[in-house]
Amino acid sequence: MSEYEGILQLLSWVLIAGGTFFVVIGAIGTLRFPDFWARLHAASVTESAGVILLLAGLCLHAGWTLVSVKLIFIGLFLFITGPTSTHAIANAALVSGLRPKSQSVPTGNPDEYQP
Amino acid sequence: MRLVVYAVILSGLWLLWSGIYKSLLITFGAASVLLVLLITVRMNRIDGDRIEIELNPLKFIGYFGWLLLEIAKSNIAVTKTILSASMPIKQNLFDVPYTQRTDLGQVIFANSITLTPGTVTVETEDGHFLVHALSYSSDDMDALADMDRRVSETELVARV
Amino acid sequence: MIFALATFGILLAMILVLIRLIKGPTLYDRVLAVNSFGTHTVLLIGVVGFWNGRPDFLDIALLYALINFVGTIAILKFFRYRAIGDVMWTPPQKDEDS
Repeated sequence: MSEYEGILQLLSWVLIAGGTFFVVIGAIGTLRFPDFWARLHAASVTESAGVILLLAGLCLHAGWTLVSVKLIFIGLFLFITGPTSTHAIANAALVSGLRPKSQSVPTGNPDEYQP
Repeated sequence: MRLVVYAVILSGLWLLWSGIYKSLLITFGAASVLLVLLITVRMNRIDGDRIEIELNPLKFIGYFGWLLLEIAKSNIAVTKTILSASMPIKQNLFDVPYTQRTDLGQVIFANSITLTPGTVTVETEDGHFLVHALSYSSDDMDALADMDRRVSETELVARV
Repeated sequence: MIFALATFGILLAMILVLIRLIKGPTLYDRVLAVNSFGTHTVLLIGVVGFWNGRPDFLDIALLYALINFVGTIAILKFFRYRAIGDVMWTPPQKDEDS
């Protein structure tokens, strides 16, 4: 029994550490990338991998309690709203006329891609 | 009938969230459930808008697992891009056709594209999405077509 | 100990995002940074709650996630239509000149 709990504990530590790693990576990406369109992708690393791993790790740590239920709800909610707000920001930027730096033709044929 | 189902779901949610079962707090919970039901009835009178969930639950769970794997893969790819010194970015905006029949299916496909880092749905138009990719390669179209097929498979066949 | 590590990791990430928020050349960079900052806050509230052994803070984390989402949408809506309440609904059409 205690061995089983130890393995769960270790697994939750690994998940939390991994989640923290991806959160920091996403932040470094938002700082390092050259333009808005690239930063969008860096931010979504935090929103997907960081959130999923951290919440899963906390869930394992909490075990079968109401706390886990709350964590799952937070996770589901972020899972739905995260991409929606990313899409809203990207869409607003597109409508306002912001275009990727390294591409001359918007909505172009991929074959006509010019670096 | 619909209202009873709502009441049961709302009460269940409230009980899961509260965690403290004293008579005063339970009274508050019941009151808030009633308030939400009242608002729902009023809103329903204005427009009878409803979202029909026409998904195969088993297939959807399978798709969810597959999506998590895809998210893991693309996260590693984007992490490599962020950490590499030269940052090999090759941005591209391109059209991706979708084949989902229902609104919900289209939402799931568009959100799946955005959830996998490296691709973001920018604009939705009739018959296709405008997708922005961080490091574009010609395999991307095939990968997205594969995702499109998988989402379409989770939908129930239309009742004719 | 793992919670201390996670807390400081998230705080570091928040500082980096804040730098982007201050530098960010366009409005959309800033909105993206604010939205990302909000997600970090939700995670931070959860992790700190566990670190203190009081996960009751999770209610606040969920509330923060809700407000963060609504706030982002409200900001974007305001800068597009210059109004937060009702907007005159125009059928979706491509306005190339805006």
